[in-house]
Amino acid sequence: MEENTSHHVATRTFVFVWIALLCLTGLTIKAAQMQMGEWSMVANIAIASVKASLVLWFFMHLKYEKRLFKLLLFVPIITISIIIVLTFFDIWYR
Amino acid sequence: MNETAHIEHRDYATAKLGMWLFLFTEILLFGGMFLVYAEYRQLNTADFHEAGREMNVFLGAANTVILLTSSLTMALAISAIKKGMKIRSLLFQAATVLLGLGFLVNKYFEWSDHIRKGLYPDSPVLLAMSHGKILFFGLYYVMTGIHALHVIIGLSVIVFMFALTLRGNISDTDYVKLENTGLFWHIVDIIWIYLFPLFYLIL
Amino acid sequence: MEASFYHAKTRYPGIFGWIFTTDHKRVGLLYLFSSLSFFAVGVSLGLTMRLELIRSGMHFYSAQTYNAIFTLHGVIMIFLFIIPGIPSSLGNFIMPLQIGARDVAFPKINILSWWLFIMGGAIAVTSLFTGGGPPDTGWTFYVPYSIRTGTNISLAVFGVFLIGLSSTLTGMNFLTTIHRLRAPGMTWKRMTLFTWSIYATSWIQLLATPVLAITLLLLIIERNFGVGFFDPAKGGDPILFEHMFWIYSHPAVYIMILPAMGTVTDIIPVFTRRNIFGYSFIAASSLAIAFVGYLVWGHHMFTSGMSDTARIIFSLLTFIVAVPSGVKVFNWIASLYKGSIRMNAPLLYTLAFIFLFSIGGLTGLVQGALATAVHVHGTYFVVGHFHYVMFGGAGFGFFAGLHYWFPKITGKLYEEHLAKLACFFLFIGFNMLYFSMFVLGWEGMPRRYYDYLPKFNGPNLVATIGSWILAMGLIIMFYNLVHSLFAGNEAGDNPWEAASLEWQTTSPPPVENFAVQPVVTKGPYEFR
Repeated sequence: MEENTSHHVATRTFVFVWIALLCLTGLTIKAAQMQMGEWSMVANIAIASVKASLVLWFFMHLKYEKRLFKLLLFVPIITISIIIVLTFFDIWYR
Repeated sequence: MNETAHIEHRDYATAKLGMWLFLFTEILLFGGMFLVYAEYRQLNTADFHEAGREMNVFLGAANTVILLTSSLTMALAISAIKKGMKIRSLLFQAATVLLGLGFLVNKYFEWSDHIRKGLYPDSPVLLAMSHGKILFFGLYYVMTGIHALHVIIGLSVIVFMFALTLRGNISDTDYVKLENTGLFWHIVDIIWIYLFPLFYLIL
Repeated sequence: MEASFYHAKTRYPGIFGWIFTTDHKRVGLLYLFSSLSFFAVGVSLGLTMRLELIRSGMHFYSAQTYNAIFTLHGVIMIFLFIIPGIPSSLGNFIMPLQIGARDVAFPKINILSWWLFIMGGAIAVTSLFTGGGPPDTGWTFYVPYSIRTGTNISLAVFGVFLIGLSSTLTGMNFLTTIHRLRAPGMTWKRMTLFTWSIYATSWIQLLATPVLAITLLLLIIERNFGVGFFDPAKGGDPILFEHMFWIYSHPAVYIMILPAMGTVTDIIPVFTRRNIFGYSFIAASSLAIAFVGYLVWGHHMFTSGMSDTARIIFSLLTFIVAVPSGVKVFNWIASLYKGSIRMNAPLLYTLAFIFLFSIGGLTGLVQGALATAVHVHGTYFVVGHFHYVMFGGAGFGFFAGLHYWFPKITGKLYEEHLAKLACFFLFIGFNMLYFSMFVLGWEGMPRRYYDYLPKFNGPNLVATIGSWILAMGLIIMFYNLVHSLFAGNEAGDNPWEAASLEWQTTSPPPVENFAVQPVVTKGPYEFR
């Protein structure tokens, strides 16, 4: 029953993560303005996913949680991916 | 004595597991809307890009910064209470609430600007436009609207937590409620992280 | 000995001791009582529909009334009876006992779920008498008709939304309970297979229901604010609604059937006095069904205008479902082999379940195969199929569980002969009613009409007579259960000599289930 219930994260870590998130926001606006067509959207979604991971990993303490929590997170992500991909088999080929 | 400590320990992890599972339902809820967005963008790419030019990138970016900062203050409020620094935690919680309110005010100006231009669901101006634009603005209002509803719920809970912290019900020995509130607040932030490029950055 | 939870003092007196309870057993019984009440309404509606269809021509209903009645029958049976039926009633009562917990993880959320369920049910019923009249879209609420019909769709859909929220919270609660509150020694491999099936069900409730919630919410928003989502006049795609509806509603089929499968899996070892055959495979197949359930929803839409590629992919994936279902059926049958069988009512219902579910499953393959599905889609063949799976499967599994856990819940024994007689009537009536539908469907009788061509008269008459026999069986069964509640013999704590944990406390159990914290040292089906 070893759980890191009272793990203290340094304020510094949180501030660094916050700065990284702000930089990525700037980057995503830059990417959108570069007019790369479809690739703009791909880049934007990729950057958003990096930002979301940072929030999950540090702000939401996932880094310090038990392995169970990390594994469980894959369940909704896989589910939503399956749903979108299978629906697109209809939309792409209709 | 050891026995009761053990049970409390279990309650902590139980509450957290329940909260994470609840967050999964939020992911799926917004996931359904992302699916709608994905299909309609796929079928009306050009229209979506044109409609995207109507959006105010500056306001969207400002709101992104506001929410990211509020996530930081929320995380700091939790660390503070864990270390027993009650006042510091209260200040950070108050900051989170203020930032959240700022987000909503911004949102209000943004929506009213669109409504003034006649761009709202079922408006004559919108119905005269192409199908893709009707869909884009429908999705814009509903997705940001449901997100804003989550912000309002999140803010109400944080205000409630503020009162609990003030009364000492949340302290360095029992802070799981505040942590779970934080988790909810962060997931609202994550959803915005995706909404921002989908609506404001398709130029 | 501690007093049973019926007699324990509650915080509020009388009826409030029930509706404000946080005891999982009381919540389970609230669900049982309310969902059985809805079941009675659903059955009555079904009987009147069969009466209308006794032969061709219009007898009692106008076409519009018939449309409203079959919609109501569907909504009540699906959302108010089968989905909460086993997981929320028996699951609530039995599952915490089986893992040795004192209650579920979040008792207050548990009773909140029931309130949401009842409010949703009440709102759905209110929609019949207010606004533009009872909904007439069928339980699937397909757009664009559901956007344009003047009937009271918004309110009915909002009711279903609340019921969905209730189901999601129950799923979250049960998952947390099973993960966190197992008794010392209760390893994952010592859990009963009923608990495993509830675990798999809860995952579906948790992850599929939000998709329904958002779909229905979008429908309400579209109806009331004219936002374009699914209306083709505004560029929307009606097939997308069908996708999103079935993304929930296909997995929901497994919310209905998985707990029934778990129930019969618990019953078989007890009445054959031997360990279950293939424990790990049955447990894994529950999870596999929960997972595969997300891959196959498209087979409900073969004739909706999906792309050919998608139709072929979904048809192929659909056959995968047969694998875990087959694993279960073969394991049940293997568990009967060389057992010392006691043919009590629970086992009898279980055998009926296996037989009916197999027919339902095999006719499912006919519709999973794209070529034949196009032929039978939208006919009574489909109606026959899903009644075999939902009623013959989930329904009979539920009845089996009701009889099996009746002594646990009430401390009384039901009348054995009467229970067997009821099972006999149910089985005969069921097959007359629904097998005729396969014949009718194969001959091309379309579903959802209040009338049909005279050439379909014969099997329709058989079906209607079957519905009366079925109803008689239901009356005998519920008479027996209710009567035994008051006049039945005392059951003792463990009348079936079962080995699983729920029987190791008193029947009915005390408030916090176990007088002393149980420590588990063996599997749930080890009798020696």
